[in-house]
Amino acid sequence: MTPDLHLWLIPVLPLVGATINGFLGKRFSRQTVAAVALLFSGAAFVMVLLVASRFSSLATPHIEFLATWIRAGKFQVDFSFYLDQLSLVMLLVVTGVGFLIHIYSVGYMWEEGGFYRFFTYLNLFMFFMLTLVLASNYLVMFIGWEGVGLASYLLIGFWFTKDSAASAGKKAFIVNRVGDFGFLIALFLLIKHFGSLNFDQVFRSVIPMGPETGGAGLLTAVGLLLMVGAAGKSAQIPLYVWLPDAMEGPTPVSALIHAATMVTAGVYMVSRSHVIFERAPMALTVVAIIGTLTALFAATIGITQTDIKKVLAYSTISQLGYMFMACGVGAFSAGIFHLMTHAFFKGLLFLAAGSVIHAVSGEQDMRQMGGLRTKIPWTFWTMTIATFAIAGIPPLAGFFSKDEILWRAYQASWVYWLIGLFTAFLTAFYMFRLWFMTFFGKYRGTAEAHEESAGDLARGDTRPGASASHGHGHGGIHESPRLMVIPLVVLAFLSLTGGWIGVPGSLGGSNRFDRFLGPVFHSTIAAGVEGHGLAAEKEAEGPEPQTGHGTELIFTGISVLAGLLGLVLAWQLYYRNPQLPQQIAAGLGSFYDAVVHKYYIDELYAALFVKPLIAGSALILWHGIDQDVIDASVDNGAHGANEVSDSVRHMQSGNLRSYAGWVAAGAAAVIAYMVWMGTR
Amino acid sequence: MVPISYYLILSGILFACGATGFLIKRNIISIFMSIELMLNGVNLSFVAFAAQWHALSGQIFVFFVMVVAAAEAAVGLAIIISVYRTRETLNVDQVDLLKL
Repeated sequence: MTPDLHLWLIPVLPLVGATINGFLGKRFSRQTVAAVALLFSGAAFVMVLLVASRFSSLATPHIEFLATWIRAGKFQVDFSFYLDQLSLVMLLVVTGVGFLIHIYSVGYMWEEGGFYRFFTYLNLFMFFMLTLVLASNYLVMFIGWEGVGLASYLLIGFWFTKDSAASAGKKAFIVNRVGDFGFLIALFLLIKHFGSLNFDQVFRSVIPMGPETGGAGLLTAVGLLLMVGAAGKSAQIPLYVWLPDAMEGPTPVSALIHAATMVTAGVYMVSRSHVIFERAPMALTVVAIIGTLTALFAATIGITQTDIKKVLAYSTISQLGYMFMACGVGAFSAGIFHLMTHAFFKGLLFLAAGSVIHAVSGEQDMRQMGGLRTKIPWTFWTMTIATFAIAGIPPLAGFFSKDEILWRAYQASWVYWLIGLFTAFLTAFYMFRLWFMTFFGKYRGTAEAHEESAGDLARGDTRPGASASHGHGHGGIHESPRLMVIPLVVLAFLSLTGGWIGVPGSLGGSNRFDRFLGPVFHSTIAAGVEGHGLAAEKEAEGPEPQTGHGTELIFTGISVLAGLLGLVLAWQLYYRNPQLPQQIAAGLGSFYDAVVHKYYIDELYAALFVKPLIAGSALILWHGIDQDVIDASVDNGAHGANEVSDSVRHMQSGNLRSYAGWVAAGAAAVIAYMVWMGTR
Repeated sequence: MVPISYYLILSGILFACGATGFLIKRNIISIFMSIELMLNGVNLSFVAFAAQWHALSGQIFVFFVMVVAAAEAAVGLAIIISVYRTRETLNVDQVDLLKL
C-alpha cells in the first residue's frame, strides 16, 4: 500500500512563498510579506505533521516518484522523495524550528530595510533544506546542499552594504565549495562503481560488501570524500572557519541556518550514508577523530570570546563535533538525537541572544552587558533553560543526548569519552560564563543612557548595518515584543522536554528515539557480513550492552558532575570574582593570546591559501594571462587592423581617375604577364 | 587581304587612346567620349576576329555592345545633365562627395 502523501508539497510550499515575496514583495506592506512567509512555512509544517500522523501506517522507506531527470544508458536520476524515520525527524525539526524562527523574525526584522528580501531568502532556504532532507538520491540531495549554501550566502550578506558582512558571506560560500568538491568526487565515484546515485540502489550494492580492513578501499574513499563535504557544510576541522564569521547575518538567520538546521546537513548526510561508513572503518575513525577534535578545539575558543554570538557560534561548532563523534563511533541515532535537541536549545540560545541584543540596542559585546536578569525576564528565563540544557544538566534535553553520545563514545574508546567529557565541562563553563556576564552583576553598557534621552537613538554602539533595526523608537533596555517571546517560550518548552523521548534504559526509560530510528540504522546489520567494523554497531543493537546499567549510571553521574563543575567555576570567576579571569588570562600569557585569536587559524589560512591565491591570481591570471595574453591579443588585433586599414585606405581616394588608372595598370600587368607566358 | 594584325594594332591604338583620354580628361563629356572610343576599339577587334575565323558570334557580340553602349549613352547623358543641374560643373574633380 503506497498512499499518496503529496510529499512534494512540503518543499514546494516555501518555494511558492519565496516566489510570491520575491517578485511582488517590494509592493506589499510588511504585514502582507510577513503573512505570506508565515503562511507558506506554516503550511509546510502542517504538511509534515499530516505526514507524521500517517507515518505509522506506512511501509518505510516510502519513495515518492515525481519525474525523471536524467536518463543516460543505464544511469538514471529521478526527482523523487524518500521518507523514512530519519527524514521524518529532520522534516519535523526543519519545519518546526523553521516556522518558529519565521515568527520570531517578523518581530526581529520589523524595523529592518529589505524586509521582503529577508523572508524571500528565508523561505528559499526552507525549500532547499527540505529538498536536501527529502531527496531520494545523492544528486537531488546535492541540489538542496548547494541551495542551502546559496541561501546561507545571501542571508549572511543580508546587510551587504557592510563590508564585513559581504566578505563573511563570500567566505562561507567559498569554504563550502572546498567541501562540495569532495562531495562531488564522492558522487562521481559512486556513479562509476555502482552506476547509480539512488540511496536504495547504492545501499543495495554496498550491503553485500564486507568491511574494508586494509583501509584503502573504494568505500573508504567515498566515505572520506563525503566527510570532506560534511566538514564543509557542518563547519568541522579544517573547514570550520566560515561559521564564526557567518554571525554577521541577522540573528534569526544564525539561529535557523547556522545553528539549528543547515549546519546539521553534514550530520544528516553522514547518517544517511551510514551503510557506506559502516563498511569503511577507517573513514569512520576519521569522522570520530575530526568530530572529537572539533568539539574540544571550538570549545576552548568559545571560552575566550566576548561577542555573545561568537560564543554561540563556537559552541555550535563544538556541538556539531559531538554529533560527528557519535556518527564516528557508529552511534548514528545518538548523533541525530543530539542534532534534534541541539536544534531546540541552540536555536533558542540564538533567538534569546538576539532578544538580548535587541534589548540593548544592538550591542553584542558581553562586556557591555550584565544585570539584564530583571530587565528582560522572559528572555532571561528561556535562556536559562537553554543554558542548562546545553550544559547537560538533567532532566533537560541536552543531558540525554549528550550523555547518550558520551556513553556510546566510551564503548568505542575511552579517549573519545575523556575528550568529550572535558568538552562537556568546557561547554558548561563558557555557557554559564555567557549567562553570568549577560544577566548577572552590574550593567556595564551605555544603552541605559538612552532612557533619559529617549528619542536619541542609535548611538555609536549600534552596529552600522543594523542601526536602523535596533533604533526602534524607544530607548533603554526593553523586553522584546510578544512575537519574539512566543517562539522563545515554545523552544524553551522543547528544550526542557525534548530529551524525554530518548531516556536511556539506565534511567528507567526505554530510549524510544533510538528504537524509532532503529529501522534506518540497524537494517543493514542482518544482511551485513560479519566483521569487526560492525562491532560497535552490533553491540548497540542488543537491548542493552553487557556492561549493564550500573556502569552507565556512573558515567552519567560523571558527566553531570562535569557540567556542574563548569557552572561552579563560571560562578566563581564571573560572578563572585569578576577580576579573577583577567589575572588568570595574564598568567597564561601567550597561550591565552593564541586562544583569543582563535589559534591564529584564520591568519594561517590567509597566509597559506588566501594570500598566495590572490597573489597568484593577480600576477599570473590577471596581469599575466588576462592582461598580457587575452586582452593583449584582442587589443593588438584591433590595433593591427587599424594600422593596415590606415595604410591601405589611401587607395580608396574617391578620385575616379585614380581608380581608372589602377584598373588600366592592372589590365596592363595582366596582359604583360600573359604575353610573357605566351612567348616563353 | 589586309592581315589581321593591322586591325588589331588599330584596335589597340583606339583602345589606348580611349583609356588615356579617360585617365587624363577632367570634363565628364570627354571622359564619356573616351569610353565610347574604348568600346569601339574592342568592337573592331571583335569584327576582325569574326572575319578571320569566319565566326558570326563575334559580329553578334558587336551588336550587343552597340546596343548596350547606346543604352549607356542615354542613361549616362541623363546623369550628366542632372549632375550639371545640381553642381553647376562638369569637372569630375569637383564631383567628389564620396571622397574621404
